[in-house]
Amino acid sequence: MSSFNTFTSTAYPLPVENIDTDQIIPARFLKATNRAGFGENLFRDWRFQKDGSPNPDFVLNQEKYSGSILVAGHNFGCGSSREHAAWALKDFRFNVIVSSFFADIFKGNALNNHVLPIQVTPSFLETLLQTIQNDPSTQLEVNLEAQTLAIGNDFKTSFEIDPYKKMCLLKGYDDIDFLVNNLNKIEAFEQQHIY
Amino acid sequence: MAKTLFDKVWDTHVVDSIPNGPQILYIDKHLIHEVTSPQAFNELKNRNIPIFRPKQIVATADHNTPTENQHLPVKDELSRNQLQQLQQNCDAHGIELYALGHQYNGIVHVMAPELGITQPGMTLVCGDSHTSTHGAFGAIAFGIGTSQVAQVFASQSLLLKKPKKMRITVNGNLHENVLPKDVILYIISKLGTDSGTEHFIEFAGDVFENMSMEGRMTVCNMSIEMGARGGMIAPDETTFAYVKGKKFAPKGADFDTKVAYWKTLKTDASARFDTEYTFDASDIMPMITFGTNPGMGMKLTENIPNANDSNLEKSLNYMNLEKGASLVGQKVNYVFIGSCTNSRIEDFRVAANYVKGKQKAPNINAWLVPGSQLVVKQIQEEGLDKIFQEAGFKLRQPGCSACLAMNDDKIPAGEYCVSTSNRNFEGRQGQGARTLLASPLVAAATAIAGKIVDVTVPVLEEV
Repeated sequence: MSSFNTFTSTAYPLPVENIDTDQIIPARFLKATNRAGFGENLFRDWRFQKDGSPNPDFVLNQEKYSGSILVAGHNFGCGSSREHAAWALKDFRFNVIVSSFFADIFKGNALNNHVLPIQVTPSFLETLLQTIQNDPSTQLEVNLEAQTLAIGNDFKTSFEIDPYKKMCLLKGYDDIDFLVNNLNKIEAFEQQHIY
Repeated sequence: MAKTLFDKVWDTHVVDSIPNGPQILYIDKHLIHEVTSPQAFNELKNRNIPIFRPKQIVATADHNTPTENQHLPVKDELSRNQLQQLQQNCDAHGIELYALGHQYNGIVHVMAPELGITQPGMTLVCGDSHTSTHGAFGAIAFGIGTSQVAQVFASQSLLLKKPKKMRITVNGNLHENVLPKDVILYIISKLGTDSGTEHFIEFAGDVFENMSMEGRMTVCNMSIEMGARGGMIAPDETTFAYVKGKKFAPKGADFDTKVAYWKTLKTDASARFDTEYTFDASDIMPMITFGTNPGMGMKLTENIPNANDSNLEKSLNYMNLEKGASLVGQKVNYVFIGSCTNSRIEDFRVAANYVKGKQKAPNINAWLVPGSQLVVKQIQEEGLDKIFQEAGFKLRQPGCSACLAMNDDKIPAGEYCVSTSNRNFEGRQGQGARTLLASPLVAAATAIAGKIVDVTVPVLEEV
C-alpha cells in the first residue's frame, strides 16, 4: 500500500451528526466481490434523487466544493462494520475525514485503507465547517508527521494517532505484514492455549 | 490485581504486546459470511498468503439470501455470484460452510451459539458489527472490517489496543411485558449511540442474571448501537445449561473441566471500570423508536421529544412524524419479526403466544423470518407454525432479510415498519422506508391491530 504524505487540499463540509455506514454506502451496493468502484455510490441516497439525477442540495454535487478532505459531524461512521464505507470514501478520492468523534470500527477500517480519520474538538470542527462554507477555496494542510491540521498559520490544531498506525501510514505498511512476521509467536501461544 | 470479566478473557488471549503500541490478540473462532469475506480471500490470494487456521473458521450464507424458495437458484445475478464465491472459497480452503438449505444454515449470530461454536471465555470475531451478540456467553466477541478478516485468515490474530471497560448494572424486577429488547432500547435511549465508543461493556445485575440466553443475546447484540465494540455477561448456570449438549460443545470430562474454568470468569469484587452506569429495572417499560438512530427511542406511552434540535428535526422529517406526538394509534402496514437481534425461538414463542386465537389485521404485511434452520425446526416441533398460520401469518425461510434489505425483502418507500431488528437508519429496510424498532411483543401486537398499540396495559376483555 502506498505511503501517506503530508498534503494540502480544499474540503467538503457535511455538518450532519451520526452519519452511519448505511448512509455512506447502502447495503444494496454490497454485492460486489472486489474493492473497486464503490465511490460511484458513496452517499447514494443523499447524493441522488429518486429519479437518479444528482441532488443539487447535497454537498458532493455542489461545484464550489472540491478536494480530498471530508469534514463531517459528530460520531461519523457509526453502525455497520462494512469496510465498503471506507472503500467508497477512498474510491471517491477522500483520504482524510475530519470529525469531532468517530465510531470505532469505522476508524479502524479507515486506517487499514490509509484513509486518515482526524478527530478535532467540537469548537474547532464548528469553526472549520464555517470557514469552508464561507470560502470553499480554503486550503487545509494535513501534516501526519507533525500530527497537525491547519488553515494557514493562525488556525491550527494537533491530533492524536496511535504511534504504530502512524508508522504504518507513513511507511505504507499494513497489519498483515506485521502479523505474518509473528507467526512463530502465535504458534507458540497456541501450544499453551485452553481452546 | 483485581480483574474484570473482560480483563480475564482478554489477557488470556494476548500473544504479544508491542511497546507503546497494540497487542497481538489471538482469535479462537472466526465466523464468515458472503458479503464481507470475498475481498479478504482475494487479498490473501493476491499476496500469496495461506489461510493459517481454516478449522477455526465457520461460514454461513445469510445477508444476501432469499427468504422464499431457497431450493431454487438465486435469481439476482450479483447475489448468486457472491454466494458462489463463498462456496468456492470455502471449498478451496477446507472451511466448514453452512450454505443455503443446509440443516445448520442461518444468521451467523443465531447459528453459532445454537451449535455450541460460541463458548464462554473465547475470543470470536466476524465481519459483522453484531458479532457483539456472542458476548452473552462471557466471550469477547466483536465485529471487524474486511481488512481484519484478512488478518485473521493470515494469522488467527488481530493487532488491537485494549479497549476501555464499562459496566451497566440493572437491578430490580422488570414489569410484565417488558422484554430484553426493551431493556437494551431503554439503555441506548438514556446513554446515546456514541456512549459506548472505545469500550467493552459488561452487563451486570439481577435483570441480566435472570435472563435466558436468548434474552442476553438480544441485549449484547445491540451493544454496538451504543458504539461499543462488544457487550458481555458473566457466564453462569444458565449459560452452562445452554451450551451443554450442543453439537460443538465440549463433551464429558472436557465439559466439566471447561465449566470449572468458566466459573472463574467473573469480575472480581474490587475490579475497576473506566465508566459505570446503573439503572432501576422498575423504570423500564415497553419501548419504541421514533427517529433514525437506535438512541432515538422512548417508552410506548411517551411522546416524541419537543426539543429544538436540527438532528431531531432531520430525523422526524424523514420519518414524517411530529414533535410531541404519541406513536400509540399510528397506522403501520409492515411488521418484521426477525434479524440477529430477535429471531430466536423465544421471540417466536412471544409472538405466537400473543397472536394465538387472533387474526392479523388486513392492512398488515407481516414478515416472520426465523434466524436459522434449527429455529424453524423448533417452531415446527412446538406447533407455533400452526398458530401463526391460523392467525393469518406465513413464516419465511432463515436469513438477515428485511433487517438490511440486501435481498428482495424491502419495505416500500414511505411505509412504516415495526421491526424487531437493530437499526432504524434512513433507508436501512429499503429506500425511503421508515423503521420503528421494538420488541417481538410490540411487533406482534401491531400486526394484529394494524396500528401501534400500548402493550403496557393489559387489553380489557369484554365481559
